[in-house]
Formats: sequence, C-alpha cells, structure tokens
Amino acid sequence: MPTVPLSSLAHGRSGDKGNHANVAVIAYTDAGFAWLCQNLTAEAVAAYFAPLGPSRVERFEVANVRALNFVLYDVLAGGASRSLRTDSQGKTLALALLRMPVEVDAALLVRS
Amino acid sequence: MRRVRIGNGCGFWGDNLDAPVRLAATGRLDYLTLEYLAELTLSILAVQKAKSPEAGFATDFLDVLGRLTPILAEQPRLRIVTNAGGMNPTACAAAARAVLAKAGLGDKRVAVVTGDDLLPRLDELLAAGHGLNHLDTGEPLAAIRDRVVSVNAYLGARPVVEALKLGAAVVVTGRVADASLTVGPAAFEFGWGFSDADLDRLAAATVAGHLIECGAQVTGGLWTNADATTRLGDVGYPIAELAEDGSFTITKPEGSGGAVNVQTVAEQLLYEVADPARYFTPDVVADFTTVRLRQIGPDRVGVTGGTANGRTDTYKVSVAYRDGYTSAGTLVIAGPHAVQKARWSGEVLLERLRHAGLTFAATQVEVLGGGDCVPGVVNATADPPEVVLRVAVRDPRRAAVERFTKEFAPLVTAGFAGTTGYTTGRPPVREVFAFWPALIAKSAVFPHAEIV
Repeated sequence: MPTVPLSSLAHGRSGDKGNHANVAVIAYTDAGFAWLCQNLTAEAVAAYFAPLGPSRVERFEVANVRALNFVLYDVLAGGASRSLRTDSQGKTLALALLRMPVEVDAALLVRS
Repeated sequence: MRRVRIGNGCGFWGDNLDAPVRLAATGRLDYLTLEYLAELTLSILAVQKAKSPEAGFATDFLDVLGRLTPILAEQPRLRIVTNAGGMNPTACAAAARAVLAKAGLGDKRVAVVTGDDLLPRLDELLAAGHGLNHLDTGEPLAAIRDRVVSVNAYLGARPVVEALKLGAAVVVTGRVADASLTVGPAAFEFGWGFSDADLDRLAAATVAGHLIECGAQVTGGLWTNADATTRLGDVGYPIAELAEDGSFTITKPEGSGGAVNVQTVAEQLLYEVADPARYFTPDVVADFTTVRLRQIGPDRVGVTGGTANGRTDTYKVSVAYRDGYTSAGTLVIAGPHAVQKARWSGEVLLERLRHAGLTFAATQVEVLGGGDCVPGVVNATADPPEVVLRVAVRDPRRAAVERFTKEFAPLVTAGFAGTTGYTTGRPPVREVFAFWPALIAKSAVFPHAEIV
C-alpha cells in the first residue's frame, strides 16, 4: 500500500478557542471519510501533536460534510494574547496534520 | 420565494478597507454587516476609552461609512448592521450620524444597541452572586478583579431586531455575537420571533451568519486548495441569500475573484467550532451536523438543514484583564547550518539577559523556516539557505521586557556569521490582556436599542 500525506485524502482548516484549538479534517470522498473514521483516531492525533502538549484531544464526527473535527485542549501555550508563539491561534495546525504520512489502498486516492 | 440578501464586508478590525464598498456597490444587498470585534479587541478599546471618553470604538468604520454614503444614496433600502461600537457604541453611533448628515443623508436613522458592557456594574453583579467563574477552570473572577479592563456579555439578535423596528438604516452595536448580526436582519425581515417554535429558523440563520462572519474565509480565503487561479487579489466578500424557511445560498458578487464551493463552505462551517452538534450563541444552540451543502451553480452553494439543539439561559461573557508585558523580535540567520545557528543565537540572547540579572516569566525561541510554526511536529526537510530567528518574552515587569528589546542588535556583531535583517529597530513592548471566559444569567443583562 502506498504511503501518502493525509492531504491526498482530505482538506482542512484550524482555529482557536481561547487556549484550545480545533482542527477540521474534511474527506474528498465517502470512502476517504470511512477511512478517516476508522484510522484518524483522537489518540493518533494526540500522539501526532504531542510536542505541543495538548491536555487531551476530543474527536467529533460530522458525517454530513464528511469531516472529523478535533478539539486539542490547552495546546496554544496561553492562547491568542498570552502565547509567545508565532502561531498563537493555531492557524497552521490543520496544514501540519495534513502532512501526516498515512498508508492507504491506492483505490482510495481516486476521486470520482 | 422571497429572499433577503445579507453580505458581510468585514471579518475583523483590520480587514480590507475596500471590501465593504465593493460588496455594497456590486452585491445588490438588502443588508451589509460589518464585524469588527475579535475576543481581545474590546480590551484594547477599553484602554482607549479610559484615556478618552469619546474613544473606544472601531474608528475604521467611520471611514468606511463615509465611503459608503454615495452607495447609500443610490440604494435607499440598503441597511448596515455593525458591532463597530466596541466599548463605546453610543459615541460611535453619534459619529456615524454626523458622517451621514455631512453627506446629505441626515434623514437616515441611526440606532445604537447597548447593555453588553458590564464593567460599570461589575461589583454590583459580583455582590449579587454572579461569580463570573472561569468557564474552564471554575476559578472565581474575584482572583483577578483588580486587573480587569473589560467585561462584555455577548448579546444576541433581539436588540438588533428592535433597532430595525425603530426604522434604523444603520445599527451600531457593542459586543453582539458575530452570527447574530445576520440573525437580526433575517428575523426582522421574516417576522420571526424568539419562541421555541422559531428556534430551528434561528439556528439556520445562525449557520448563515457563522459562514459569512469571517468575510473572505468562505469565499476562497484560507481555502486549502486555493492557488493563483483563485484570484484572491480580487476576492469577493460573501453574500447569504436567506429564505423564510431558513434555507439559504452562499455566493459572492458576480465577476469577483475567490471561490464559493462545497470545500470552502465546509471548511468555514467548522472554523473555530468545538462540538458541531452544539454551537452556542445567545439566540440558540445550533446543530451543524444537520446542515446539507450542495453546489447549485458557479460560486453558489445551497445550504439546507441546520437545526436547533435548544437554547441557554445564559450569555457568554468575555472578560479581559491585565497580565504583564510582552515583546517579540526577529533576526535573519543565513546558512550553512542556519537552523542550528539560529537556535544558538536565541540561547545566546537569553544567556546575556541572565548575565544582566534578568529571567522572564515565559520565553520562546523559534526558528521560522526550521519548522517552529508547529514546534516539534513539523521538521525542516533540508538545510534551508536562511531562516528567521524569533525570540519572545512575557513578564509582569515592563522594565525587564524593555531591556529584552535591546538585546537583538548586539547579535549583528557579537553573534554568528550570517546574522542580518536588523532593519526595523527595537521591537515594541505590548501590554498583555489575558482572556477570561465566563457565563452570566440572561436575566441579569439588559439589552437596549434606541435611535440616537
């Protein structure tokens, strides 16, 4: 099975909620969404972003738009005003997650 | 079916100054909304108002309104709803009336919505048992009472409806929830109430308001797949065409740049959302998991569904309090080995400050170009030819932060080979206003609309 970046299956957007961030991952196809539901678990996303120190990660399924919405708690080093990071509002977290290498069946990469 | 066209020409204070004028000129709008208040904008405005009683609102709005006056003269039915009033909506509305009068539009009514500013009532509210406990930690506000600079409840669409009923052509509010700027005109036009029977339609209009509240973010801005063909240089700002049943279409002015498709709308639907089944606003708890998106034409996405999940007895309250000082400066470090040299440079800078007897409450060294936008998660794949070193500190002592700003220049001579880019001088010191979210009973807040 080929290894591809998650961006081959999905697009996304991220933003802030105080010191928390949300990362939406939106599949291009129904099959891609089914793959996301099975494989892109809250645990996997928490492990991926572990260097940022989220206290926990919660996952919400949004099947009507083929999306998973992740809430990363306490991940912004203080949030928009207090955080010393360049990306104090988590704007780039979605693109960072879309870089995640994933191993998928080649058929999943076909967009109808 | 009758449709109301509501366009949003401003997504935050600092957004493109020409967008409202272009949108109103070409959008065939019934309503133009202009959103100016990010969470912490109010704290900045509160400090301005403390210095000058006539200040404390988004002054950009007056410039925009002045440029809109020829369009308001040509389109007599066009109405404007904005939260530009910030911490001083009454002064903002009076200034707006003067701008209209100067342009010969003195017959247009300007309304102001007040009641969101709880700072003058804070001690009374605390004494009456409204603890304003921190929404996440539960800590009572008393812990930071002496450092509070602003306390604002997020008002809903009701006072906006009242203002429109008074015949206002321009409605100026303080802290009204972003989506409610759209819900208000929709409820007014279709005669919706705020009873349980109206909740689904209020929820659907909330979805519309949420989609357009960030301006171009639903019309191609920040779209994952945007490229040069997206024509962001000429990006059109969003229009929601609402029907009485709550269904609507998201689009943008014909011929403008950008894109409206199922991807751009889905991305914005989930922007800054926690639980998509419970999106809290002052008007309703909206369920985004029932929303259906369908491309119905070029740059036109039909949106149906969007249902209510009840409502709350509370308003969200945004408190800002003083939390020390911060500054961040940058230098450019050229390679080879730019990433490593930049990290060393940051450590050298902080070491010199330690020799001067200074440590800080918080410090951050970033190597931009080395993956530090998302530190530890994304790594540089090669040896970049140059990187940006960014060092930031935060501390309760202003003098310590001032001293920090003087430590960048020495690295130009006493740093590593390849250090450059010291072109903008010492970085500014900024006061930090931390954010304290809380809830308050709706019965303790009194929204009010009147003509000024």
